[in-house]
Amino acid sequence: MTGAGPTNGPATPNDAPGAEEPRVAIIAGGPALLTGSGAKGATAGGIRLLRSPLASLILQRLALSVALLFAVSILIFGGVEALPGDFATTYLGQSATPQAVDNIRKDLGLDKPLTERYVTWLSGAVQGDFGTSWASRNSVSEQIGKRLGNSLFLAFFAAIVSVPLAIGLGMLAVQYRNRLPDRIINIVSLAAISLPEFFIGYLLILFFAVNLGIATFPSTVYDSMTFVERLKAIALPVTTLVLVVLAHMMRMTRAAILSVMSSAYVETAELKGLSSLRIIARHAAPNAIAPVITVVALNLAYLVVGVVVVEVVFVYPGMGQYMVDAVTVRDMPVVQACGLIFAAFYILLNMAADILAILANPRLRHPR
Amino acid sequence: MTDYLKYLAKGATTGGISRREFMGRALAAGVSLTVASQLFADSAQAQEPKRGGHLKLGLEGGSATDSNDPAKFLSQVMFCIGRCWGDMLVESEPLTGQPVPALAESWEPSADASTWTFKIRKGVKFHDGKDLTIEDVVKTLQRHTDEKSESGALGVMKSIKEIKADGDNLVLTLTEGNADLPLLLTDYHLVIQPNGGYDDPSSANGTGPYKMTSFEPGVRATFERNKEDWRTDRGFVDSIEIIGINDATARIAALSSGQVHYINRVDPKTVSLLKRAPTVEILSTSGRGHYVFIMHCNTAPFDNNDLRMALKYSMDRETMVEKILGGYGKVGNDFPINETYALFPEGIEQRAYDPDKAAFHYKKSGHSGPVLLRTSDVAFPGAVDAAVLYQESAKKAGIEIEVKREPGDGYWSNVWNVQPYSTSYWGGRPTQDQMYSTAYLSTADWNDTRFLRPDFDKILLEARSELDEAKRKEMYRDMAMMVRDEGGLILPMFNDFVNAASKQVKGYVHDIGNDMSNGYVATRVWLDA
Repeated sequence: MTGAGPTNGPATPNDAPGAEEPRVAIIAGGPALLTGSGAKGATAGGIRLLRSPLASLILQRLALSVALLFAVSILIFGGVEALPGDFATTYLGQSATPQAVDNIRKDLGLDKPLTERYVTWLSGAVQGDFGTSWASRNSVSEQIGKRLGNSLFLAFFAAIVSVPLAIGLGMLAVQYRNRLPDRIINIVSLAAISLPEFFIGYLLILFFAVNLGIATFPSTVYDSMTFVERLKAIALPVTTLVLVVLAHMMRMTRAAILSVMSSAYVETAELKGLSSLRIIARHAAPNAIAPVITVVALNLAYLVVGVVVVEVVFVYPGMGQYMVDAVTVRDMPVVQACGLIFAAFYILLNMAADILAILANPRLRHPR
Repeated sequence: MTDYLKYLAKGATTGGISRREFMGRALAAGVSLTVASQLFADSAQAQEPKRGGHLKLGLEGGSATDSNDPAKFLSQVMFCIGRCWGDMLVESEPLTGQPVPALAESWEPSADASTWTFKIRKGVKFHDGKDLTIEDVVKTLQRHTDEKSESGALGVMKSIKEIKADGDNLVLTLTEGNADLPLLLTDYHLVIQPNGGYDDPSSANGTGPYKMTSFEPGVRATFERNKEDWRTDRGFVDSIEIIGINDATARIAALSSGQVHYINRVDPKTVSLLKRAPTVEILSTSGRGHYVFIMHCNTAPFDNNDLRMALKYSMDRETMVEKILGGYGKVGNDFPINETYALFPEGIEQRAYDPDKAAFHYKKSGHSGPVLLRTSDVAFPGAVDAAVLYQESAKKAGIEIEVKREPGDGYWSNVWNVQPYSTSYWGGRPTQDQMYSTAYLSTADWNDTRFLRPDFDKILLEARSELDEAKRKEMYRDMAMMVRDEGGLILPMFNDFVNAASKQVKGYVHDIGNDMSNGYVATRVWLDA
């Protein structure tokens, strides 16, 4: 991004505003992203805002995200289009009569050219209207609202259990590094991450639902459930998800903290006679936060978009199951909407991670 | 004999067959009237249905894309849901597959079976309290016959030329005689709806034993008992909950942990494991579905009947049933009909695995080199394994079969009915006529064996309007022989419907019509606490 022209010369950390100029120009070059005239004619306040490296970084990331989403939308549309078999025949299956197939195709406008359908779809999607499901003729946005809510509910509880647990265990592992607690934490979490999710899921079902009979299974949630019933229903899938994402975050925390433990200021703290737990929590951890944030964000994204298998195994009506159902019958509006929302989640969380990492580490604001 | 009678008696007392019919058949089986009455009474006492309770079913085959519009019923779950809230004009008798009255009280064909008059039942109310009228019936059938409709019953309804009301009677005029028309009306799409469902097709407002209280496609549906049901021999539990569980392991876990009372689609491979659970009962019902290997009779090298015979003789059917179905099925005889159909042609010799005969025909055919068979696990459960088994048994006859595994996605549109030799699955049809018309008539859309025989077509059309059962049976026999000895169908096995239930579930009716007690499982069983 930097070094756009020969006039800039080599960018150094000290002439940061100069280095930022090309970025502003790139953003301003895009239509309608900035109000008023272009960057050059902007008011002093505007320039100052954009010259603030943080604001420009965020703007840049936002623009990039939008562009990425757009690219993803093309990929999704093309990908679904390239799947073998089309909706009409897949939906009617072996029992399709040519008449019924024709009726459905005409009805859905499948006879129209690809680009026309893409444009229609995208313009709807931009306004939050994902059209109607081909199979059930219900509004996709409405159905997704409910399913996404369920998925987020699951992800939220998995996150509030797994993130503090992972970071806490990571710090504990550093505290007792290369001793028994560290080894136990490592072995258990590695074992959990090495097993496929469905296997962990089945083991939990076998143990807690079939043998002990204390867990609710299937984990189906529905409207008339109370909050407590819902919590009970999601206990097993949440446990599975926690086990799946825990090791990744825990090990990253451990590695990041360990890497700052060898720095001079930690030594100083040690020489000051602070307890090692205090050194880890107050001095080392905050400086190790950036990589941890990234890995946490990645895992959060996974909790939302990567839980297809867990949802199927636990019969949990979330986005994953919804999308699987739609793919099997080639219900394109649903598949596309799910794909786009998943992509948006990934991009959003990654962006948030980047920004948070920059906030946490001022040095990152001025990339060399 | 006694087992058979007890079975019948159970059917009679659970509403499967009428008491009169039970008596008739018991007498025909050579039992005196007193013994028959006693049997009925015993069974009735043992099987006295209990009312009440909350029944939970965990079913495979639901999807977020399911629609509650009967015209669009496709999945197993919707099949079952539709049977809960709606009624057809005609039902099929569970043990014999004969048509029995439902919303139509009785019917009468014209002499050539081309015009049928149905008397519609009076005093039946829809769930919203409105009376069922002849207009509702006419409109319903019209909606499903409309060429523009996307009804799954369109194929069945094609032969109906005119639908009209004559006073309180329904008169159907067909393009040609069809002795089996009442059975066609048992199709699960043909749920009678107010104003034919034109106003709100997915309202679930029907005449069935249960009222729908909630519906989330692919997730869950709940029902409460319709207290004003026009029948008393069904709808025993107070409320029903149907949960969509598509994962086979999850279904088994849900049943064995007691979270649901009934599951469908038990994989034959896991039956023996599930059997170990003391609270679980395996419910296996003979069905009409069959797993097939289909050859295009008009495409080389399969246009050679000797090669087709060679391939038929090199199939080890017994092993297939044993290994692929886990014993839950019956061997097939290369025609798509089994004894669950009315007018089944008895006494046709069972074709057996015979490498010598296969080698003889193979040599005679003059074919050499490998035969390419395309398959995929979506064709039927275990299709790829079955193809490999077949490959082995054919090897002994000196025939080389090359098995090509195709992707499951798009199998039905790119391979089945396109490629000359592939594996496939057929669900049964209510009648022999329909089975043959769907897949063996020269002009059939799904003539997946490319069986183009004018002489066969002629017998099929004649049999359709033949009201004399003896004559028809003879015709069906001729047709079966033609398909068996000259067709492109290799039919190694008919699969059973394998379901499982908690032992609390009583009164399960083994209905030959279709899976899950022909979809009526929730309305027929009761719970014994």
